[in-house]
Amino acid sequence: MEPEEIRIGVYICHCGINIAATVDVEQVRDSASQLPNVAVSKDFKYMCSDPGQALVRSDIEENDLNRIVVASCSPRMHEPTFRNTIQQAGLNPYCLEMANIREQCSWVHEDKASATDKATKLVSAAVAKALLLEPLEEKEVEIKPQALVMGGGIAGIQASLDIADAGFQVYLVERDPSIGGHMAQLDKTFPTLDCSACILTPKMVEVERHPNIDLLSYSEVTEVNGYIGNFTVKVRKKPRYINMGRCTGCGMCAEVCLLKGRIPSEFDLGIGKRSVPYVPFPYAVPSKYTIDAERCLFLTKGKCGKSPACKEACTADAIDFEQKEEIVELDVGTIVVATGFDLFDATEKPEYGYGLYDNVLSGLEFERLVSSSGPTQGKIVVGGKEPRDVVFVQCVGSRDKSVGNEYCSRVCCMYTAKQAHLIHEKLPDARLTIFYIDVRAFGKGFEEFYDRVREEGVRYIRGNVSDIIKKGDRLMVMAEDTLVGEPIDVEADLVVLATGIVPRVDVKELMRLLKISQSPDGFLLEAHPKLRPVDTASDGIYLAGCCQSPKDIPDTVAQAKGAASSAMTKMAKGKVKVEATTAFVDAFICRGCGRCVEVCEYGAPELQEAGQGVLVSEVNDSLCKGCGACAVICPSGAISMKHFKNGQIFSQIEAVI
Amino acid sequence: MFRKSHFNVRKFIYDGFDKDMAKVVFEREGIWDCTTCSACLNKCPKGVDTLGFVTGLRQLMVEDGRIPPPIRDALKSVSTHKNPWKIGAEKRSEWAEGLEVKNISEGADILYFVGCTPAYDARLQKVARAIVEILKRAGVDFAILGNEEGCCGSEIRRMGDPWTFEYLAEENMEIFKKYNVSKVITTSPHCFNTFKNEYEGADFEVQHYTELIASLIQEGRLSFSREIGKTITYHDPCFLGKQNKVFDPPRKVLTSIPGIKFVEMDRSRERSLCCEGGGGRMWIESEDSEDRLAKIRVGEAMDVQAEILATACPFCLLTLEDVVKTEELEASIEVLDIAELVIKAL
Repeated sequence: MEPEEIRIGVYICHCGINIAATVDVEQVRDSASQLPNVAVSKDFKYMCSDPGQALVRSDIEENDLNRIVVASCSPRMHEPTFRNTIQQAGLNPYCLEMANIREQCSWVHEDKASATDKATKLVSAAVAKALLLEPLEEKEVEIKPQALVMGGGIAGIQASLDIADAGFQVYLVERDPSIGGHMAQLDKTFPTLDCSACILTPKMVEVERHPNIDLLSYSEVTEVNGYIGNFTVKVRKKPRYINMGRCTGCGMCAEVCLLKGRIPSEFDLGIGKRSVPYVPFPYAVPSKYTIDAERCLFLTKGKCGKSPACKEACTADAIDFEQKEEIVELDVGTIVVATGFDLFDATEKPEYGYGLYDNVLSGLEFERLVSSSGPTQGKIVVGGKEPRDVVFVQCVGSRDKSVGNEYCSRVCCMYTAKQAHLIHEKLPDARLTIFYIDVRAFGKGFEEFYDRVREEGVRYIRGNVSDIIKKGDRLMVMAEDTLVGEPIDVEADLVVLATGIVPRVDVKELMRLLKISQSPDGFLLEAHPKLRPVDTASDGIYLAGCCQSPKDIPDTVAQAKGAASSAMTKMAKGKVKVEATTAFVDAFICRGCGRCVEVCEYGAPELQEAGQGVLVSEVNDSLCKGCGACAVICPSGAISMKHFKNGQIFSQIEAVI
Repeated sequence: MFRKSHFNVRKFIYDGFDKDMAKVVFEREGIWDCTTCSACLNKCPKGVDTLGFVTGLRQLMVEDGRIPPPIRDALKSVSTHKNPWKIGAEKRSEWAEGLEVKNISEGADILYFVGCTPAYDARLQKVARAIVEILKRAGVDFAILGNEEGCCGSEIRRMGDPWTFEYLAEENMEIFKKYNVSKVITTSPHCFNTFKNEYEGADFEVQHYTELIASLIQEGRLSFSREIGKTITYHDPCFLGKQNKVFDPPRKVLTSIPGIKFVEMDRSRERSLCCEGGGGRMWIESEDSEDRLAKIRVGEAMDVQAEILATACPFCLLTLEDVVKTEELEASIEVLDIAELVIKAL
């Protein structure tokens, strides 16, 4: 076959004045027209606009163009746009090359002559590569109609319900014995004062009953392999030492446990106590018991009285001390990450005396104290007495460089206002003071609620608390009232710290597991801060809730619905195209050393037997992300990257120098 | 009210935002009140360099010649005698007479940098002698600079004279280099802090003496033979604790002394209250008329029934002991340096 004649069309974009103000686009256009094989060279105000794209399409038809160079912004921005454009005109999408003369030229230079010179060189490099571009085929892979949801807080619950309602199978993996997450621990929610448990429990029950949801509680994801459409996931089901099928949730085992009332309840943050066999809270889902293996006398010491009382008490014969952990393998097409947050550890701010004084509580501890399902049945009692003076401290662990958290946790202003309201409701004579830096009441109904709380007599003082010290059996809270510039001391019997939201302690492990990254604040990184807030850089993996950034319940639910929708869109389509810019092994040169297999993060290359004892590497296109690590490591130069071949790159370099 | 000074660093920053900062500071009282303890710096959620700001303001005062006489005298004394106590440099090593301490010119593993106050102040000389005795008992190979030792510059810098500080730092580093000093221990947390954090290009290791003693005890090179049957609390010096997070070694030393009952005050470690001796305040009184912080501090020690208030800083020792004397509390509480307690129990 005759090699086709290469006919290149070059298009220089003005980007309004973004490029044209710094780069002489006409000059760049004219020099490009002199380059070999360039049939057409034009400039245009906005290449990405409809008329700009139409211009390219009509030129392809009229001038028989078969390679296109667009000199404009970063390919991250508009490469998909122009690939689509030339495909519509019948060209292979990989016959496009872009020259970035905006981010890498006009935006970063001031001198017009030099910037024009640089743009000219960038365009000639792109033309040089265009001469060597080869059409590539994109493969299509199937997407399995099952989703994995990691985390059973409100974000995971909502995402699971939406995906399941759309008809897809959902595996919801929760590490604790019950779903519900932090929302289950809250008393009332701001600003509407809905009872948190009352609005959450119906959703929890729905998860349990939904025919499309497989709930794996007390389980952890240990391994994730594969790619969008075809993830394989390993889940470790921790032994509960309770037969789930038999347990009726009657609670007799907990009643007779020798350690009853002696183990701090995680759910009540240690304020309440539980037995070794436990359900974390009364409305837990599943409503089955779990034996705390680390605390159980029988499991740790091999002996508990004559024989374990719980086993004797269980009429359903559900207790099984022989139970072992189980590894479950799942095949899923998409993954929603909803792993939530940790509460800031207030001992990192020693000046507040948290952990030192019993009457300094974290925000979440106060939720348990004030909750009617909490250890005091909602009675606000500290050290056996009802507090008369209560001080709240805002921004504990948020907006604070001294502890490395520069961000705002977004919920503390309002939960503090709500907590002050709850105390006012229960103890109308209590004097309530809130120390704040700024009050951020930005959400729907927030400002109105903040006004209401102030009208109830809550005193807001602008100033960061500097010290909390003992004064007799009370506390002395010291601060500067920064509105008047004077020091102020307030005595208190109870201090509530508005502890902020921090990334989960094991976020790095999660990142490694899913090959996703984090933003500078430590939370998981979305693909684009504005336009792709629920996607990650890994296709098929989506984010929901506080694992991505601090947010309140309505925002969490909205993001969970967004993540579910993204996952459903892919699964409904059933197929996805994978990038064609993958690694390619020349089997004649390959020596089968296996270095590429070692270096690949995605498990794409594999050594195959190619005749007697001869090993040759082969790359699975569906797994390959085109990163190029194997091509670099290959000692014999057998691996090249499609679309970024050595020859293509060298020709670009030659054109520039 | 638990705060005494009306000095408000935030107000200075605020008022100086669109005005000539020099005018603001000249018109305002309180700039010499700050003890540079760093409580504000440690707590500032926005990482504002409040301490740098205070020393910068004082620099403006010094540049303009608006220096309170006691500060002026201290600064001048450093230039002439290499110490702020107005005593001749040739008398610097008189405290060590009869102790047979090696001079660094003979070579040693460790340089013991005594510091101006322990070298010249009669009360603190006891501490320096105790440290020498302890190191000898543990068989540590150490030496002193003798009369060649000069001020570390820490307080000078904080009195608004960065020029003399630079000069002192360079000179000290040259002397250390001359004797191939690779490790330094100090009596004072102030010398320790400035060597560790403010000497640019320093290539020697620095430890506070309490850190060294703690490791000598741990290694079994020091053992106690006598009991001290007293209740003891410990006051964290700001330059050791708050500013350098050395909280545990002094406590380890104290709790390994046989017979003592160790109690913590309500405000301890990061939460400790300043004694008011830092930032040049050894030379100038506060402009307010409230109780001294040292008085509040001694009160806090007595609240926890301490019979001995231990500390590990020359300035803390002097300010706290001063209160015990002026308030006639000698019968109830005694202020001692950790080194003095160690030597009692050896």
